[in-house]
Amino acid sequence: MSADLAGLFYLIASICFILALRGLSHPTTSRTGNIYGMVGMAIAIATTMAVPGVVNYGLILAAIVLGGGIGTVVAMRISMTALPQLVAAFHSLVGLAAVLVALAAYYKPEAYGIGVAGDIKVASLIEMSIGIAIGAITFTGSLVAFAKLQGLVSGRPLVFPLQHPLNAAQGIAIVALIAWLCFGQSDTALWLIVIISLALGFLLIVPIGGADMPVVVSMLNSYSGWAACGIGFTLGNNLLIVTGALVGSSGAILSYIMCKGMNRSIINVILGGFGTDEAGAAAAAAAGDDDRQVKAGSPDDAAFLMKNGKSVIIVPGYGMAVAQAQHVLREMADLLKADGVDVRYAIHPVAGRMPGHMNVLLAEANVPYDEVFEMEEVNRDFRSTDVAFVIGANDITNPAAKTDPASPIYGMPILDVEQAGTVFFIKRSMATGYAGVQNELFFKDNTSMLFGDAKVMCEKIVKALETL
Amino acid sequence: MSSDAFVERATEAANEAKELSNELASLATEASRLAAQAAGEAGGTSVLIIGLTVLVLAVFVGYHVVWRVTPALHSPLMAVTNAISSVIIVGALIAAGPAEFSFSEIMGFIAVTLASINIFGGFIVTQRMLAMFKKKK
Repeated sequence: MSADLAGLFYLIASICFILALRGLSHPTTSRTGNIYGMVGMAIAIATTMAVPGVVNYGLILAAIVLGGGIGTVVAMRISMTALPQLVAAFHSLVGLAAVLVALAAYYKPEAYGIGVAGDIKVASLIEMSIGIAIGAITFTGSLVAFAKLQGLVSGRPLVFPLQHPLNAAQGIAIVALIAWLCFGQSDTALWLIVIISLALGFLLIVPIGGADMPVVVSMLNSYSGWAACGIGFTLGNNLLIVTGALVGSSGAILSYIMCKGMNRSIINVILGGFGTDEAGAAAAAAAGDDDRQVKAGSPDDAAFLMKNGKSVIIVPGYGMAVAQAQHVLREMADLLKADGVDVRYAIHPVAGRMPGHMNVLLAEANVPYDEVFEMEEVNRDFRSTDVAFVIGANDITNPAAKTDPASPIYGMPILDVEQAGTVFFIKRSMATGYAGVQNELFFKDNTSMLFGDAKVMCEKIVKALETL
Repeated sequence: MSSDAFVERATEAANEAKELSNELASLATEASRLAAQAAGEAGGTSVLIIGLTVLVLAVFVGYHVVWRVTPALHSPLMAVTNAISSVIIVGALIAAGPAEFSFSEIMGFIAVTLASINIFGGFIVTQRMLAMFKKKK
């Protein structure tokens, strides 16, 4: 296949990928979009296989079948609650693949038309080393994110003295090594870039806490795109550049949305340590000797009030995912709807451990997507709602974000659940949320705490609704 | 001419030929490098600038397309972007392509395997998620 023809096919593949993202603007078009994505990938692979120089079909097919088999099995078996860690693990693979491709190009530049071994064009060397650096950071960073999300290590941020100067020094070292590589074509420089970037990826994510993982996962999503982009420049392949740019900007936009949802800057998230800083610790200490009384409610009260109300808004959070309560929650909602109650769901942008996590879990439990609303769509309606039912969420409902300038979460947009007639709040204990601050909502007159596991509590409410 | 002298002359000639071929090889190397460079510079615009143009335009497309994605589908968005970023398999296939076996081919095969995990895993998990967003009766 001639280079021009291959270029045309790559262009078609790029368009397919754009259409794949375009399809996600609505649930009804999204499945067609995903098909476009698959077609685009098939075209890209088939085209590359037909490029002269690619002849090792047997082994390549074996590698695709092996990888594809593993991917298929994992994707079919994974539970929807474990999605965030699955995505993190997948990102690490893209990062590693980018590093390996760049290494292959360095040791055999003839195959890519960028010079001969030991004498590679400077521009290609720069692109290659940027691809390696970003790929390696994505690889180890995603592994740490995976370990934190999977619970293999504590989600608590790990901070130590001189952390940021150390990271900065590593960043500078990588730049210096790239310069060395360009002037000296030294293999040592190349491998040092690999090693330091691997270390940097690890150290960058270690200080970031578990609930900031939505930002981290989207940031690494972005990185994996830029790594593909860097390799695309090395190979002079527009398909890789376009796709890398699409993925890179998608991850960047998601990170921005998540940060806005927490009223924090991306820098603040990357520097990490959130939830352990002094303001948070002080607030947690203050919360500890809080002797105000909360009102504990019973599942029967909740069932009675919701059944007799006109409207209920359910506010799910990460706790619902942990307790796997989404199915029984939907059962509860069905019983209420059968009684003519208007049931809706309100989703905060940072609820859960990845963007859109709650929507997927509710969809898994067969909640129709037109009952699920984003914060801006539904926030005004809390004041005309009889019951707000908070399940597994905490910080995102804390009115202190609006009233207390000293609070670490001050300025964060929240769901205005306190404006509802009655608030039921399922929680296992009075422990504080991720930000380490006490939720003012617990002490309001119209709040009833339902202490217990989210799933068990919902089951009790369902039982109460059935007997009412 | 004694046979010794003949052998000596023959060795000399062989050495000269070897030197010449070495020189030729290095010339060829240089020529191929220059050709690669010239190919980049042909047409007045270098590959780098074309790449940058494509990059900037693609970022604009990405920006506008991604902002239109409904927040409810942000998880599938991440899964599908993860799958399509595995298009890096194109680079891996070129590395793994040649019939001979070297460091670069091995790197290529591992990269093909890793990228395939992602491609299949990413698209399938996206499909699974999107199937849940079907209109309920």
